[in-house]
Amino acid sequence: MECQNFLILLYIFALAVFAGYQVISKVPQLLHTPLMAFTNAISGISLVASLIIAGEGRNIASSILGAVAVAAASINVVGGFLITDRMLKMFKKKEKTEA
Amino acid sequence: MSAHHLIAGIDLRQEGYLFTLLIASVLFLVGLRGLSRSETARRGMSLAAFGMLLAVMGTLLSRKIVTYEWIIGGLIVGTVIGVPMGRWIPMTKMPERIALSHAFGGLAVALVGVAEYFNYSQLLGPFDIGAVGFEVLLGTMTFTGSLMAFGKLLGVLPGRPQTFPGQNTMNLTVLAVALAVLAILVARPDRHALFITLLVIGLLLGILMVVRIGGADMPVVICLLNSYAGLAAAATGFALNVPVLIVCGALDGGSGFVLAVHMSKAMNRSFRNVIFGAFGAVAQTNPMTKYVGVVREGSPEDAAELLKLAGSVIVVPGYGMAVAQAQHAVRDLGELLEKNGTIVRYAIHPVAGRMPGHMNVLLAEANVSYDQLYELDLINGDFQRTDVSIVVGANDVVNPAARDTPGSPIYGMPILDVDQSKAVIVLKRSMKPGFAGVENDLFVRPNTMMVFGDAKKTLAEIAAAVKNEG
Repeated sequence: MECQNFLILLYIFALAVFAGYQVISKVPQLLHTPLMAFTNAISGISLVASLIIAGEGRNIASSILGAVAVAAASINVVGGFLITDRMLKMFKKKEKTEA
Repeated sequence: MSAHHLIAGIDLRQEGYLFTLLIASVLFLVGLRGLSRSETARRGMSLAAFGMLLAVMGTLLSRKIVTYEWIIGGLIVGTVIGVPMGRWIPMTKMPERIALSHAFGGLAVALVGVAEYFNYSQLLGPFDIGAVGFEVLLGTMTFTGSLMAFGKLLGVLPGRPQTFPGQNTMNLTVLAVALAVLAILVARPDRHALFITLLVIGLLLGILMVVRIGGADMPVVICLLNSYAGLAAAATGFALNVPVLIVCGALDGGSGFVLAVHMSKAMNRSFRNVIFGAFGAVAQTNPMTKYVGVVREGSPEDAAELLKLAGSVIVVPGYGMAVAQAQHAVRDLGELLEKNGTIVRYAIHPVAGRMPGHMNVLLAEANVSYDQLYELDLINGDFQRTDVSIVVGANDVVNPAARDTPGSPIYGMPILDVDQSKAVIVLKRSMKPGFAGVENDLFVRPNTMMVFGDAKKTLAEIAAAVKNEG
């Protein structure tokens, strides 16, 4: 990787940190646990990197490492989105029928 | 590259792949914004999940992938483990679940880093090696650190902080050695032994970091591990030149950091103090101030008498509610009191429980309407106008010493001012002090009634007594 390329990636990182900070600081305390489950699910994006290692067919050792990484990352993606949804479904405002 | 994939000089499989990753990055950010309100949160989550699906499909169709059998195997194993973890883990076990998933995240990143290094070490420039080094260091550290946190939360490992003299110096030295090894590796990428050393130090650092953290400091540590997992993913993005990983890593790292700061503030402590302070252990050796006063013990029926006459009630849940799995019993009593015409609200301290938002999730699970859940700042002024406060398994977060006694180890920590309400009912197993090891003067105040026993059982007995005569 060239220095210039590194700087471009650093740009992306810096802007994403800023955008992320803006968005995350607006999440109410009420939803902090779903927030953790949610960011946990999207950080399973390392699945993309794992897929490449497991599928580029370089050598058997590398494929095995990749396959284990795919399994670990997809646990987070699948489990993370499922549990976030399960939690968010529970946050309801009660209909005040008796009043 | 075959001609039919080319349109106007653009290779659909390659550029299409990069394009799906771009769309995914945007969807993640937009989805996260949905979480700022509970009404839009689920839609936001669906957008992000769609983004993830796009990114995975795009990657699977890209030219980088030539063989699918290992991928399919990995995906099957991941799904078979992931679905039950998502569907059936009880809400009381959320801190454990989150800690474990950080471990998986760290593991995935570390393994990718190892494969990259051994596949390409001859081709990697100094920036790539630096990125891979950070990736492996952060990944391994997150892996063992999260497993330690998981063990402590589960009760398999001792929950009290394990400390010994010179611990801080030792940890900092190990960290310095790790960075030195990384620096040499950048200069000599072909030295495999250096890389292995880095990996081992990372595993060691994770253990050293969490071994000294006690139970109630877990929220901060879980947030920090969340942050490290994110940074590790971002480092992978640098190493592989995949911007979507950098964006996601930044979001994950940022969110962990924001939450950790929020938690530390709620305990009136600095990061440094949480990481290096080992709160529980220090407080343990402090001479304990003894109670000056008499404990007024009441039966569930006495508590019911108080509650029947109350016009307004505030419930303060703590970790004890999660341990006793009493959230449904709390809701039952709350509904019963509402039927009697009592105004029932819930006051949630930011560090109540073992992770951010822990109490909110449990009460939401029990079907408590979220507009009855109040944050500390919004409800604290109302205690003095409240007839009865019910403290369910909370201790340090309602200790008046944090407000009134400058010498107390927890002095300065924002608390819920339950002692200012006309009467306080405290549900507790025993008189044992809370995590900080500080005695709680609230328990001997004249307006406090202690009801000892298992919170779930006690609440059911109180509810039964309210119903009988109400």
